[in-house]
Amino acid sequence: MCHQSVGLIQSIVERAGIPTTSVTLLREITERVAPPRALFVDFPLGYPLGVPNDSPLQTEMIPATLGLLAEGVPPAIIQDFTAAR
Amino acid sequence: MAKISDLKVAYQVFMKAYPYRRVDWRPGARLVKPLRAARVAVVTTAAFFRPDQPPFDTSIRGGDYSYRIIPSDTDLSTLRIAHRSDAFDIRGIASDRNLALPLDRLRCLAAEGIIGSCAPRHFSFMGSIAAPGPLIADTAPEVARMLMDDEADAVLLTPV
Repeated sequence: MCHQSVGLIQSIVERAGIPTTSVTLLREITERVAPPRALFVDFPLGYPLGVPNDSPLQTEMIPATLGLLAEGVPPAIIQDFTAAR
Repeated sequence: MAKISDLKVAYQVFMKAYPYRRVDWRPGARLVKPLRAARVAVVTTAAFFRPDQPPFDTSIRGGDYSYRIIPSDTDLSTLRIAHRSDAFDIRGIASDRNLALPLDRLRCLAAEGIIGSCAPRHFSFMGSIAAPGPLIADTAPEVARMLMDDEADAVLLTPV
């Protein structure tokens, strides 16, 4: 249910006028809730930014997620994350 | 890889039949400045709360739709976790809160000039909200107003 909650909060913040982007671990749910932008990351539930205490990976994933904001105002998009390493 | 079919059978049955909600966000918002100048806030559903805040109430039917404000200068290691869901492995966020609320990482990214700054307030919900009516009507709009008050330029959201 976390993914529905994120999608709903995201949509409400976006509607208020702030651009939003999120990470998703469950593409199937995010497709149904359809928030504006999401980066699908191939990690288990509970691990949205990949690996605990892996600062290089996390600091790569955050700009990748925020990078979706450069797309402007899309139809709802879900993009795949691929780590540089 | 997380898929509905990987979850416990009871969750699969529930999640396949559940009528997912949507909120119409169109026409959508634009980032009005470069990322390197943007103030970034985080909203997570990891159920983090500070020791001076009440825990989330895992007994509320339909889910606790309240939120906790996490100031930017919070020492992440002091945050507690009150999640009702056993659908995910809690050990990751227990060993590194940055996994869902990456305030240390945002500070690094701001120091490197990749983002402008870390917003003064961030927000934590407990994501297990099967009856999201009050979330949609009340608490999410409240958080949106506070993010506007803080002049956040971009919001990053993380589920667990």
